[in-house]
Amino acid sequence: MPCVADWLNNPFSIVQGIFAQNVPNSEWEKKVTEYFKEKLKENNATNWVPSLNDVPVHYLKPNSLVKFRCMVQDMFDPEFYMGVYETVDPNTNARVLHFGKYRDVAECGPQQEIDLNSSQTVTLERQTFYCVPVPGESAWVKEISFLPELVASQARVSPSTSYTPSRHKRSYEEDEDMDLHPSKQKEQHMGSGGEIHGCVEPKRLETEASVGHHLISPNCSPPLDLNFPLPGEKGPACLVKVYESWDSFKVNDVLEVYGILSVDPVLSIVNNEEREGSALDPMECMDTAEEQRVHSPPPSLVPRIHVILAQKLQHINPLLPACLNEEESKTFVSNFMSELSPVRAELLGFLTHALLGDSLAAEYLILHLISTVYARRDVLPLGKFTVNLSGCPRNSIFTEHIYRIIQQLVPASYRLQMTVENMNHARFIPHKDYTANRLVSGVLQLASNTSLVIDETQLEQGQLDTTGVHNVTALGNLITWQKVDYDFNYHQMEFPCNINVLITSEGRSLLPSDCQVHLQPQIIPPNMEEYMSSLLTAVLPSVLNKFRIYLSLLRLLDYSISEEVTKAVEEDFVEMRKNDPESITADDLHKTLLVARFLSLSAGQTTLSRERWLRAKQLEALRKGRLQQQKCVNGNEL
Amino acid sequence: MSSPASTPSRRGGKRGRGSNPPTPQDARSPPSQKRRADDSTSTGDLQPMPTSPPADVQSPGAPEALFSSPAQFHHSAIPLDFDISSPLTYGTPSSRVEGTPRSGVRGTPVRQRPDLGSVRKARQVDLHSDGVAEDVTTEQSLGQKLVIWGTDVNVASCKEKFQRFLQRFIDPVAKEDEDIGLDLNEPRYMQRLAEINMVGEPFLNVNCEHLRSFDENLYRQLICYPQEVIPTFDMAANEIFFDRYPDSILEHQIQVRPYNALKTRNMRNLNPEDIDQLITISGMVIRSSQLIPEMQEAFFKCQVCAFTTRVEIDRGRIAEPSVCKNCNTMHSMALIHNRSMFSDKQMIKLQESPEDMPAGQTPYTVVLFAHNDLVDKVQPGDRINVTGIYRAVPVRLNPRVSNVRSVYKTHVDVIHYRKTDSKRLHGVDEETERKMFTEERVELLKELSKKPDIYERLCYALAPSIYEHEDIKKGILLQLLGGSRKDFTHTGRGNFRAEINILLCGDPGTSKSQLLQYVYNLVPRGQYTSGGGSSAVGLTAYVMKDPETRQLVLQTGALVLSDNGICCIDEFDKMNESTRSVLHEVMEQQTLSIAKAGIICQLNARTSILAAANPIESQWNPKKTTIENIQLPHTLLSRFDLIFLMLDPRDEAYDRRLARHLVSLYYHSEEKMEEEYMDMAILRDYIAYARSYISPRLGEEASQALIEAYVDMRKIGSCRGMVSAYPRQLESLIRLAEAHAKVRFSEKVETVDVEEAKRLHREALKQSATDPRTGIVDISILTTGMSTTARKRKEELAQALKKLIQSKGKTPALKYQQLFDDIRAQSEAAITKEMFEEALRALADDDFLTVTGKTVRLL
Repeated sequence: MPCVADWLNNPFSIVQGIFAQNVPNSEWEKKVTEYFKEKLKENNATNWVPSLNDVPVHYLKPNSLVKFRCMVQDMFDPEFYMGVYETVDPNTNARVLHFGKYRDVAECGPQQEIDLNSSQTVTLERQTFYCVPVPGESAWVKEISFLPELVASQARVSPSTSYTPSRHKRSYEEDEDMDLHPSKQKEQHMGSGGEIHGCVEPKRLETEASVGHHLISPNCSPPLDLNFPLPGEKGPACLVKVYESWDSFKVNDVLEVYGILSVDPVLSIVNNEEREGSALDPMECMDTAEEQRVHSPPPSLVPRIHVILAQKLQHINPLLPACLNEEESKTFVSNFMSELSPVRAELLGFLTHALLGDSLAAEYLILHLISTVYARRDVLPLGKFTVNLSGCPRNSIFTEHIYRIIQQLVPASYRLQMTVENMNHARFIPHKDYTANRLVSGVLQLASNTSLVIDETQLEQGQLDTTGVHNVTALGNLITWQKVDYDFNYHQMEFPCNINVLITSEGRSLLPSDCQVHLQPQIIPPNMEEYMSSLLTAVLPSVLNKFRIYLSLLRLLDYSISEEVTKAVEEDFVEMRKNDPESITADDLHKTLLVARFLSLSAGQTTLSRERWLRAKQLEALRKGRLQQQKCVNGNEL
Repeated sequence: MSSPASTPSRRGGKRGRGSNPPTPQDARSPPSQKRRADDSTSTGDLQPMPTSPPADVQSPGAPEALFSSPAQFHHSAIPLDFDISSPLTYGTPSSRVEGTPRSGVRGTPVRQRPDLGSVRKARQVDLHSDGVAEDVTTEQSLGQKLVIWGTDVNVASCKEKFQRFLQRFIDPVAKEDEDIGLDLNEPRYMQRLAEINMVGEPFLNVNCEHLRSFDENLYRQLICYPQEVIPTFDMAANEIFFDRYPDSILEHQIQVRPYNALKTRNMRNLNPEDIDQLITISGMVIRSSQLIPEMQEAFFKCQVCAFTTRVEIDRGRIAEPSVCKNCNTMHSMALIHNRSMFSDKQMIKLQESPEDMPAGQTPYTVVLFAHNDLVDKVQPGDRINVTGIYRAVPVRLNPRVSNVRSVYKTHVDVIHYRKTDSKRLHGVDEETERKMFTEERVELLKELSKKPDIYERLCYALAPSIYEHEDIKKGILLQLLGGSRKDFTHTGRGNFRAEINILLCGDPGTSKSQLLQYVYNLVPRGQYTSGGGSSAVGLTAYVMKDPETRQLVLQTGALVLSDNGICCIDEFDKMNESTRSVLHEVMEQQTLSIAKAGIICQLNARTSILAAANPIESQWNPKKTTIENIQLPHTLLSRFDLIFLMLDPRDEAYDRRLARHLVSLYYHSEEKMEEEYMDMAILRDYIAYARSYISPRLGEEASQALIEAYVDMRKIGSCRGMVSAYPRQLESLIRLAEAHAKVRFSEKVETVDVEEAKRLHREALKQSATDPRTGIVDISILTTGMSTTARKRKEELAQALKKLIQSKGKTPALKYQQLFDDIRAQSEAAITKEMFEEALRALADDDFLTVTGKTVRLL
């Protein structure tokens, strides 16, 4: 397939062709994007494009088309570049026009020079984003995203790409596996996190080895901090160069970009000898060494992608069509909606087991998992539903397993262990480092709809220092206002976010929450470890996938309340207040309405019905009853 | 020696003329400019110049060899396109040209302008110094219609126009604070020149706005070709100056510094078209480098014959003479460092100000280069407006590789700084703070203000998600607008407070915090602190050691930062005593006095305070007074204009409306919400406009109404033997009335305003100053912390105690406990220990007794 290979492996030849046809007007830029858009629309074409999330950089061919799913971590200053430039051969005086778009280096042949004075030179502007893979992305997302791709790459592209040798064996195995027992294959992956790592690890190690080697090699500079929001994250960070409408992207947006990979080693300017030479040049010393290190890191570590197409992602769940508004995805949605209630029942059962037989807590957990901030009224975020799961057994692996289960269900999550040490030392709030001129990331820099599980059972007696207090305040702000104040040293800047926070604690959490559910275990398994891990293995992968689709899909549905039901709710509220004004406050009404909203959505209904409203009230009553009960118990204890 | 260096630009010049006739250019980036930008660095890329003199000694022939052919090209080119009318001649910096004819007269030295960049110098080197004067004189005598290469600027006419501007420009509406002491009817800039003569600071700041109103075309030229036009301006200014003041002695010749170019205000709008143009951007300094000495003129001395020569810098490089002109020895010239000339240079990083940033993006930064006396003028943290020339320079990857990185580095050569925040510390800043509104926006706002129900509308638009509490919202609306600022300094009372302070207290969970958050998000200069989490220093100012300079610096706290804004303090009651005491000064005098670590100063803190407090028993106790409920000192409470209680109303109709409101929150889509309510942006603009453009004065009728209202208030109290109003309440009323007039965009306070002020004040009083025991509104609860009835009771107790003691006969000392028990037995009402002690203290104050430990002695 020469045509495929061409636009995939050597996109520059395509661009050059279009450029040559259309020069000198600037139409060619539009035509290039259109060409690639068309190409990618062809059946499964997107799957042939190798992904940086999956394939290590050094296996990818430079200047080939790649894709990358990432979160915008920081935005650098826009840069001016030579959009069009002319080279001249000093011997023959022959002049050639070149395009500088999608390139880092203005190239010219061995016998040519760039004519910087040419009147044909066009200066253009582009923007650089520092992107990292979606923080806390679950392993299953990666696995599922790149399964079809493996097949595709194996069959078509791999002969021409350079990463075949090391990939071959695995792909081969997987291919076979996939063909014979597709479900079993997946099951293995879902079965335990360890195995997934087992698969990925060797490749990673390789990457790191080369990375380490690079760093140690000539100048022994300290390792570069790739600035991942979450500790222990892996994967490539990338400088994404955006050529159009960069104003529409924001920090923390999740993007999928298709672009040309650039890993030209000359881009790394950190070379001692050279630096000394350039230090005397007044133009060069305007940046500090740190800044240069951060803004022009070695491309082997932080590759550049010159974006041809970029799109914001609503979600990163690979089981769902990327865009839900398209015609074909509508049928997918309606198909899924028809079998919604058995899925819900199964999920409820599964979570009930996970929560030691507590079906009320499981119900609330479902509501929590499909909650999302759907609007903001002035400062008030609507639709956040932070659940405080209290009554978790202390010092047991229970909370850890709960997290593991959530991790298997949602596309991105993070478990924050709230120990005094962690609170005092971890970097929660992103802050601006002015020496290096970058936004140093923190744990709370997360993409929308990430599940943040805060484990408060780990908290022990101790003293919070200033950082600790700040961190706790930041968590509180995150929960109440769904915003994080990034620290810009001279001022703070508010970044709205949309993070689902679940707090597991022994008693009532010290953090604010929208609703506290006290866990009432029905069964105490003798061996928690065994019980919990058997739970996950017992679920069929196909069922698990349904759960995943269920949770991601319902989040994106619209919702309304009819006039009739509004009336009923109103009556209800007034009635309750009449009997006992203390029994229900405006706040409680808020909460009940919220529960009703998610309850309706969880059943696939986009309007509130009277029954749902009553059910919501009932749930709230049950939940409150438990808290009351708990208070009494505690009172007796004290 | 000079020709090789100059070649590239000459070459570029020729080509430039071919392809770009020097005609007025549109806003699209003129190709010539782009080319010029490349010019300035072309040597940098093509010619590996010596980085230090010794290196050059080792490879002496390199530059020559490299450029031998272009040099020839250059010579052959002269007859073709370089005639007497060549604009290159006029490209020579005025200062230099200036120097030649003028030096005889005044001998004022010329100072180079590194801020105008090196391209200019490149051309300057083109002409041998003797040629300069000749060319200029010929040109002047010929008076031909000539323009500078690549532009449409004619030096002579440009100069003449600018001179006319200087001599004739009268500012019709002078507003800037710099104008103090200027006669507005005289030409403004002639007065400035007179000032230069007196003060001896040879810089003439020219407001581009003035230039624009005087001559649109000249302004356009200045913006598009600052590099050529500014030296012409320099020339013009110096001619006028030395004509007028021939005896004046200046350090160097006058340099013109334009500022306030309208080209670009926001860093985000900078684009390739702005390269090499004059721009003004605002931002915050985040880093400044150390001083970089930049060589301007190198001094070389021959090692053999001690012949000396000077070489000027050319685009950041010095061309070292390889042959001594005197003795013809090769490579004998050595650089003498301490006889070379250096100029100061500094790199500054400017970051976009937070207000200009779109939500969800990170701020942009721009590199500035400051030269000479502009070095060290700004510190990190300063908010500044910078006027300068925007530059783009290609980045070189590796000197050995011909590939160039296709990216330019950009910076701004600073011509003028203007600090925007220094003025906030002293002087009235209303004028400069005025937000720019577009015509349509103003029209829209005015249209709105004419609506009869604008007050209700605004109030409805304020925090729509918080239900009801209309009076509170109205109060906050008035607070956002504030009263008119009155200055009584000349009568010795200083400024009257125009800011309105509001305290919200009430049950937890009545969305107080939400209101505070809303207000904090609404106003541009708001601060939000929480009582528990802030200390006195956090609110006021603290001294800390700057980690970089190791000097003590004053860091301002929330109150100072919210000068001219609103400081929202949540959990006011949790604030500790010492912190709260700071507020006393702020809330009445609107200043903050600091005396710490050798720094004694008074800072402005003209901030409105919006505080929220929870009752001490967590639930509001209706049987207690406000003071008892929130346990705040009455001295502080009396400084709040309005104190509102936010209680759960508990009535059916309210519940119904509330429920409907909440339900609607849960299904309305975002677009619908925006339609329904006035946009937050409009509200913000409305408030900003009213705040800065409207300052109502009291009308005759309104004054009468106020007087009556006050007298009435006093009367109500006096008939029951208590005071129910103090002058402070009158001031509050005035402020509220003024703020209400602002709502209507009215310059005059009228009776309706007073009525509303009275109503609101009464509402607030009714809520907060009602004596729970009697049910009567009693202002003394707030002013003295105790209701009149309570005070009466206290006095009665003291009297009873006195009687009791007297009845005991002539005992010099009594047991404390004994006395307490006696009085408790005697009285019908329960007497607490506190009450008893208070009574004892009252008696002690009357010199009736003293209390020492456990005994009470009579005097």
